[in-house]
Amino acid sequence: MQFGIMSVSDVTRNPVTGETPSEAERIKGIIEIAKKTEEVGLDVFAVGEHHNPPFFSSSPTTLLAAIAAQTERLILTTSTTLITTNDPVRIAEEYAMLQHVADGRMDLMLGRGNTAPVYPWFGQDIRQGLPLALENYNLLHRLWREDVVNWQGKFRTPLNGFTSTPRPLDDVPPFVWHGSIRTPEIAEQAAFYGNGYFANFIFWPPEHSLRLANFYRERFEHYGHGTKKEAIVGLGGQAYIAKKSQDAYSEFRPYFNEAPVYGNGPSLEQFSQATPLAVGSVQEVIDKILGFHELFGDYQRQLFLQDHAGLPLNMVLDQIELLGTEVVPVVRKELEGRRDPESAPAPTHELLVAKKYGDGPVRQPRPMANRGDNVTGGSPYLDTDEVTAKREAEAAAKSGAEAGADA
Amino acid sequence: MTSAFSEPTGTNEAEEFRVVVVNAGTSNPSSTAMLADRVVEELTNRADANGAKLTATVIELRDLAQEIANGLVTGLRGEGLERASRLIVDADALVATTPVYKAEASGLFSGFFQVLDRDLLVGTPVVLGATAGTSRHALVIDGQMRSQFAYLRSLVAPTSLFAATEDWNDPNFATRIRRAAGELWLLIESRFAARLRATNWDTYQHDFGSAKSSGDNDEIDLSSDLMRLATGGSLA
Repeated sequence: MQFGIMSVSDVTRNPVTGETPSEAERIKGIIEIAKKTEEVGLDVFAVGEHHNPPFFSSSPTTLLAAIAAQTERLILTTSTTLITTNDPVRIAEEYAMLQHVADGRMDLMLGRGNTAPVYPWFGQDIRQGLPLALENYNLLHRLWREDVVNWQGKFRTPLNGFTSTPRPLDDVPPFVWHGSIRTPEIAEQAAFYGNGYFANFIFWPPEHSLRLANFYRERFEHYGHGTKKEAIVGLGGQAYIAKKSQDAYSEFRPYFNEAPVYGNGPSLEQFSQATPLAVGSVQEVIDKILGFHELFGDYQRQLFLQDHAGLPLNMVLDQIELLGTEVVPVVRKELEGRRDPESAPAPTHELLVAKKYGDGPVRQPRPMANRGDNVTGGSPYLDTDEVTAKREAEAAAKSGAEAGADA
Repeated sequence: MTSAFSEPTGTNEAEEFRVVVVNAGTSNPSSTAMLADRVVEELTNRADANGAKLTATVIELRDLAQEIANGLVTGLRGEGLERASRLIVDADALVATTPVYKAEASGLFSGFFQVLDRDLLVGTPVVLGATAGTSRHALVIDGQMRSQFAYLRSLVAPTSLFAATEDWNDPNFATRIRRAAGELWLLIESRFAARLRATNWDTYQHDFGSAKSSGDNDEIDLSSDLMRLATGGSLA
């Protein structure tokens, strides 16, 4: 089970001080948040993607690469990567590059994005959001698995003999989560490919998301990737923690009341009762998270939204500290005891490498000299076997020659 | 949030029908609620005459006002709205009444139907009623409210019940109420809604997991074009 922090990268006015942080402050701050996430023993940091103010994260791979350079253990991911308005070729290239520089400590979560004006800026139509997401992923899936891709679809110019570079690290594609709470097609696609399914259910009663999660589990089994229990599920969440329950409510209330998404709507009490928002003492937050497990069964990843609603950086860091040092260790221990041995471990690069190669040699793609086209002839890559065989032959020839010289 | 709902009235024997009253009147006593009561009374007479039983449950929108507003701004439906939604799912008919404000149905009334699932009322017979201080608002139901219920694919009875102050003492208004109740009774008794859903359900737009959906995954159409695309197929 992995625990972590996710950010949507909003730049929101602090309703208590009236100050709005600059983009520069938020960008520097988010790196601090990610470092803190690792420091307190959490596993994952995720950042969103937006292309309009008041959000700062338009280029998640650049940000995540910087964080990768300043951390050692943290798994970096997205919440989410827009599979609709991005060219899947660019996603394939950028995230494969991130995978290399992060030594495999990354994966990504795909989402559609619901900001209508963004679509036309990238030449797309929001009414085609779902087919775009499905078709684009079909292509992305192949770009990471086939050295040379010939492809034709409805939304993108065709590809003939295209190679997405760099090839994924160890020739093992980054793990993909498909984020959705109410679209069966997305859950079906996640199940079809044996990918992860993520429900960021933070605005709705948890029970509403259960049905789609269960549908995904059934279909995961149907497609032969394992049993229902072995399907890979992630959940969103948000928390505000204090030593005493009433302090949590009084500290968080001014921020909650003016939060862009749910502010001026339900009361903090109503919202935290009806949705996964956990506000309260350490124990109350622990109990709420354990409640997710009771509902969804074993799952592999739990992310928390903390840097939102205009909370200043120091409060966000304090929250991550409480989450990482007081809440999660208890939840981890408790869930470890409850875990069904059949359920899947949380996905990591090492696990995927082991799954693909076992104890065998790991392919390291090495391109051949540029021959100007990928269309004719075989792979543009020297295969690992060829490379290894050639080296061994050379080494044998050399040692043989040396032996001959000695004789 | 129990105050928003009255206990069902009536006994359970013979053929039983469930009517839900949605009332957006806010005063107590309210002429809007009274209008709904009179429709239910007439409807009960019809049921009695036909040896059937009728139970009526009232949803007072005043008590759901906060939840309706919250639903409109956040999409979150509170406990009261969820309960209202479950009542309407099982309703054989709706009697929906509202006061007229500024030449339109109360925002409470239209807001309530805006936050519910869009397939909740498919085929459900409805009598619409509105009350106002002046007869100048007489066309609010037929000119405006019907379109929302057409969008919801409900079956609105031909007679709508508009009551300005002077109508309450007019014997013709009592006749109109009887007429509307008579229309609604026939629509209920014919079980039009249930038969429509049995034969035509898949032709209406649904949102995944709506209150009206069966709740099992058999309802998900795995053979659609989009599902083929989801599983590596192409649109072309």
